[in-house]
Amino acid sequence: MAQPTNWLYTDKVLEHFTHPQNILMDEADYQEDGRGQVGNVKCGDQMLVVIQVDREKDTVKDVKWKTYGCASAIASTSIMSEMVKGMKLDEAYNISPKEINRELGGLPEHKIHCSVLGDKALRAAINDYYLRSGQTGRIRKEETRVVCQCMNVTDEDIEHAVLDGARTFYEVQERTKAGTGCGQCQDEVEKLVEFYANKHFCELP
Amino acid sequence: MESRRVYVDNNATTPLHPEVKKAMLEAMESYGNPSSLHSFGRGSRTLIEGAREKVARFIGASPDEIMFVGSGSEGNNTVLSILTCNPGGCASCRKDGGALVTTTIEHPCILEASKCLRENGMDVLYAPVDSYGKVDLAALEGLITGKTGLVSVMLANNEIGTIQDIRAIGDMAHAKGALVHTDAVQAVGKIAVDVKQLGVDFLTLSAHKIYGPKGVGAVYVKRKSPFCPLIRGGHQERGRRAGTENTLGIVGLGKAIELRAVEMEDEAKRLLAMKARLRAGIEQAIPDIRFVGHPVDCLPGTLNVSFDGAEGEAIILYLDLEGIAVSTGSACASGSLDPSHVILATGLPAECAHGSIRISLGRENTEEDIDYILDRLPGIIKKIRDMSSAYARRA
Repeated sequence: MAQPTNWLYTDKVLEHFTHPQNILMDEADYQEDGRGQVGNVKCGDQMLVVIQVDREKDTVKDVKWKTYGCASAIASTSIMSEMVKGMKLDEAYNISPKEINRELGGLPEHKIHCSVLGDKALRAAINDYYLRSGQTGRIRKEETRVVCQCMNVTDEDIEHAVLDGARTFYEVQERTKAGTGCGQCQDEVEKLVEFYANKHFCELP
Repeated sequence: MESRRVYVDNNATTPLHPEVKKAMLEAMESYGNPSSLHSFGRGSRTLIEGAREKVARFIGASPDEIMFVGSGSEGNNTVLSILTCNPGGCASCRKDGGALVTTTIEHPCILEASKCLRENGMDVLYAPVDSYGKVDLAALEGLITGKTGLVSVMLANNEIGTIQDIRAIGDMAHAKGALVHTDAVQAVGKIAVDVKQLGVDFLTLSAHKIYGPKGVGAVYVKRKSPFCPLIRGGHQERGRRAGTENTLGIVGLGKAIELRAVEMEDEAKRLLAMKARLRAGIEQAIPDIRFVGHPVDCLPGTLNVSFDGAEGEAIILYLDLEGIAVSTGSACASGSLDPSHVILATGLPAECAHGSIRISLGRENTEEDIDYILDRLPGIIKKIRDMSSAYARRA
């Protein structure tokens, strides 16, 4: 492919976008130990991750994926699939979008939310493996918690708002209606905004 | 096939016509303020009035009915803002601004301006469209009442190219005493547009969609229509738009329009034939697709197609790597997380909007460009579908 100048994203993103690694091409014959699918096509992105596990070493032996998603989703999942191969399951479970993003050399802020599906699907696949292998005690649930009682807004809603670009209490309020009732949750929402902004948006060198 | 650069995003903007460029280069010498009485000013004034005549003639208006603005968006905002003029506050406006009736597929500048009117307490009603993007005339008629101040419907849609029957819409509106505006930014210079035949009171057009410069457009304001300026503070444009005129841009617009009068008809035929070949080629090479927009009442160069199981931003970026420039209705490319409101309005599901691309041909495109697109697009769609979690490979 011709390499244009000043491409939208970093060279690393371009590399993984043009040559995505570990795509699940032969689904019928793949001996999966765990499968996770998140997102949906109506929202514009969907991700499927399947894994093979080395039971003795408790590591990720192989990862394959498929996505209905944009360049950021493709590139971030491709690089994630390389990063987690050989990792301990616990370690792989904890891989964060921020680490993936750092490995990619950074994505534009408004594209970060496109890149969080890969690791989410990976966690679902690992949990699925625990379920299939009878290790139900290891399954971790990603529980949500209601932060704004009046408007029934959860921490997950606030995380999404931050991923969508909200950086202040009022911007989160605009998107989620959090704090438009009694307003008591303002302090907590502000803390969460800071927390999620730090979680997802790293300072790049 | 050898790589080439193919710009087929002409509904977004167009390359400057070489003749327009030439006219603008000459106009760069005319720095006089068109409002000045001296010869420097009069020189600029002459250029502007010459351009006004060309624009007026091209759409069947009188020069005094043409006001220049800074963009199509400004033109559209200006017309909608007439409704907000306070009763009694302005002698030239309707005493009761009245409600606004528009459609669900308008350009964001109309939708956002109308949303703002609504938030300020005005009744704003949106007429739906059918699966081709044609305004449901019966529904529209039902929305227009004696209280309606303005009906604003775009002449041709930027995303899917569908052309509306503005004449019929205008007749309905006028029968109830409402004024009629059409956003003709995508239409003027691509299809024949005559304000008398359309029967509109206001019409917006833009230069950069028709091989003119960015940053200039015009609004047709029918004589004796109520009018209120959006930008106040000067006598320019008959007091309708304050600010020293953009002589350079206006000259570019005039020249672009003058050239459209010569080139438009033949070009439309050429683009229509190229589009037909492109459409047939895509249909033949790629399964599980659907074309969006009206098959006949459509801008000659606009083709919108949606690919099952393929996400639009990925499509346009792979195409970009091959040198091909198109647009998408995918949320991922919009910056807003919302897929194309136009495609959703046609009743197609969100995934069709996410998987859609708009190919818009223009005067510089050639048959070789079509060959090149047909050479590269099928492979790209296959590549994306091979890694898609939402595409079941058909046998």
